[in-house]
Amino acid sequence: MRKPFAITLDPGSSLANHTGTWRTFRPVYVDRLPPCNSACPAGENVQGWLAHAESGDYEAAWRLLTEDNPMPAVMGRVCYHPCETKCNRGELDDAVGINSVERFLGDEAIRHGWKFDAPAGSSGKRVLIVGAGPSGLSAAYHLARAGHAVAVHEAGPVAGGMMRFGIPKYRLPRAVLEAEIARILALGVELKLNAKVANILDAMKAHSFDAAFLAVGAHIGKRAYIPAGSSSKILDAVSVLRSMEGEAKPMLGRRVVVYGGGNTALDVARTAKRLGATDAIIVYRRTREKMPAHDSELEEALQEGVLVKWLSTIKQAGESSLTVEKMLLDDKGFPQPTGELETLEADSLVLALGQDVDLSLLEGVPGLAIENGVVKVGPNMMTGHAGIFAGGDMVPSERTVTVAVGHGKKAARHIDSWLRGATYAKPAAHAPAGFDRLNTWYYSDAPKTLRPTLDTVRRQSTFEEVTQGLDETNALYEARRCLSCGNCFECDNCYGVCPDNAVVKLGPGRRFEVNYDYCKGCGLCAEECPCGAIDMVAENN
Amino acid sequence: MAFQPIKFYQTGTFTVGNRLLPPETRSVQANMRRTNSLNSGHRACQGCGEALGARYAIDAAMSATANQLVAVNATGCLEVFSTPYPETSWQIPWIHSLFGNAAAVATGVAAALKVKNRKHVRVIAQGGDGGTTDIGFGCLSGMFERNDDVLYVCYDNEAYMNTGVQRSSATPPAARTATTMAVGSEPGNVFGQGKNLPAIAMAHEIPYVATATIADLRDLEYKVKRAMEIRGARYLHIFVSCPLGWGHESELSIRIARLAQETGLFPVFEAKRGEVTGVSKIRRQKPVEDYLRPQKRFAHLFAPSPHVETIAAIQAIADRNIRRYGLLDGAAA
Repeated sequence: MRKPFAITLDPGSSLANHTGTWRTFRPVYVDRLPPCNSACPAGENVQGWLAHAESGDYEAAWRLLTEDNPMPAVMGRVCYHPCETKCNRGELDDAVGINSVERFLGDEAIRHGWKFDAPAGSSGKRVLIVGAGPSGLSAAYHLARAGHAVAVHEAGPVAGGMMRFGIPKYRLPRAVLEAEIARILALGVELKLNAKVANILDAMKAHSFDAAFLAVGAHIGKRAYIPAGSSSKILDAVSVLRSMEGEAKPMLGRRVVVYGGGNTALDVARTAKRLGATDAIIVYRRTREKMPAHDSELEEALQEGVLVKWLSTIKQAGESSLTVEKMLLDDKGFPQPTGELETLEADSLVLALGQDVDLSLLEGVPGLAIENGVVKVGPNMMTGHAGIFAGGDMVPSERTVTVAVGHGKKAARHIDSWLRGATYAKPAAHAPAGFDRLNTWYYSDAPKTLRPTLDTVRRQSTFEEVTQGLDETNALYEARRCLSCGNCFECDNCYGVCPDNAVVKLGPGRRFEVNYDYCKGCGLCAEECPCGAIDMVAENN
Repeated sequence: MAFQPIKFYQTGTFTVGNRLLPPETRSVQANMRRTNSLNSGHRACQGCGEALGARYAIDAAMSATANQLVAVNATGCLEVFSTPYPETSWQIPWIHSLFGNAAAVATGVAAALKVKNRKHVRVIAQGGDGGTTDIGFGCLSGMFERNDDVLYVCYDNEAYMNTGVQRSSATPPAARTATTMAVGSEPGNVFGQGKNLPAIAMAHEIPYVATATIADLRDLEYKVKRAMEIRGARYLHIFVSCPLGWGHESELSIRIARLAQETGLFPVFEAKRGEVTGVSKIRRQKPVEDYLRPQKRFAHLFAPSPHVETIAAIQAIADRNIRRYGLLDGAAA
């Protein structure tokens, strides 16, 4: 060994010593399924698009979001955000305001006029979609992007389905809805309005469609037998909300009673308030805890002065009053009559007891099964008749816009495969990314940004949008509250904390890898990973 | 003022790196081209806090001096595991002489560089708590007193780990070591002895004294950088955990160091000319029990029956630190 004066050892010569042989456990990078993605009925990659939004690249965020859901501006207003309910950050301070960021992205897209990429090529196949509601539009979007020719036949005079005829304007301004529908149609989707499909098989045959997706929704208000005088005014909720879209607004009077406990009941009561009713009273047979309506909507309704009579049923409807019977929950939580009656002044009674599906277009279709008034579909969304798929409110499911959009996407994937003579296999999901896997020390405390809401007085008298959006600063802040549960976000912690320089940083977007020649398996990287994206796995030898 | 964390959500505030930060504000350790002054292949135990602390500190010093740096090493774990003949893990000019003379050798290196008119080359002396608080204490005090242009870094793992975990004057009360066994009516190291070296360094009124832990990288890097901006004698005391000597799981090294800071047992601050100028506040205060329990050197405090009074006495030390340095928001500084 010839060395310069006073130099005895070569620098870094310890590399000859492979300390990796000491290891009994090895760190392995993993990807886990975050709770938000897992909870999203539309299957959005929430964490993925939040990551783009965090870096301020809103268009990339919007493009990733719309891979799964073509209507973020609508979703950001009407979705009940199960993602936020499941968000791990909720255990730390408050859930990330995913819904408000989604709305911000949707509004940005409308403001900048971002368009979807044109379909890659044409498959030569034709698909008929019946119903231009959230489910039908979602399926149309995904099928068009897959290169199929899509025609949407809508019975009503405008597209939107329940997004237009069920959801009041103060929750979803129509300009937003129309902008997002127009963008889907711009993909080359053919929309036929006032085109009720009387019989699905005839319609498919007449225009030689290869497959059909049915999404006619549930538009027939359920009735309950209530003994009523000839002059009592009884309406159904769906009709009331639908007539809000026309010229002649419904005449509900000064005192309006709504019967039912779902979101539609709240929508009608809030609409009645805005139309000038002094009293809007909801009569519901069970308690607040049992109410199917979402709590956030109930809260907003109560703020606007809507009253609720819990544990009550309507026995009889008279000319200007109702007879209400008090109920009591039994051991099983079912309401039982008590015989105690009271009188409630009412100019009109609106029934919001759920909706039924108009299934007349399916008459004479062989193989089809109908159960409890909805169409049975397999896990691939196909009905008992080959080539006819169905989704949205007309199949057994929770009836929300987001679920409907999810059905449209799922059905589109299966229709696409079916048209190509293949079977769509969903990629296996990653294991869940639970809160217990996080090292929360590394996340700074950051409370949720609340969206501003309209003054109560204006909410009671106008149909202006109640909940306002976030501006860019707020949206960026909110996106950056994401913990990136279960998936590496390149915080460099593993690279930093390794005492053996055994973690190799591969550069932006390329994450890290472990140099097992020197990794001693101490586990510091896994322990100090904020988001739980490293597992320690036992070595075999 | 102590290091001010970047208010940046999700990442950046406490993690090593942050893809969203401009490059010039990122940590040295996040850099793909960091020096890796202490390279792979060294023989430190799994999860060694000292190996980590040494790379953090020396990489930061290399970055602050444009790689014009010489390091002098006392005998100790750091020297033994990094440089067993014929190998070395160091990728910088590095010299080792004796256990007790690192400060004196560093003084000599600095003097030689001055004579050769190469004052842009900076000098660091480093050692463990044994080489610093016990054996090298005289040389170190002399270096402080003469205000020699050296940054002395002490990696404090609270005992002589290299030779088999014997007590040093930095070993905390009640801790079990090979020479303070957990036997008798007052098991472990005695209360009321030992040296608080940061305080002693401050008493020399040298330009800069600071403490840091391996649990707060950004604060540590800030202090090294700050120290390299100053000429004269400087002292940096880094708390480094020792899975072997303290008896904790190797993956807990950083967590334990964090708990030392968050309980108040190890105050993190900086001082100029003998006066404290900034402290790192406790973010999520924890009782000392959280710090003691995972370490086998304190196991005798919890079994067979808990030594309530001893634990309370350790808590009193933490409370005194919190009061003395104002470690909680709102507490007097």
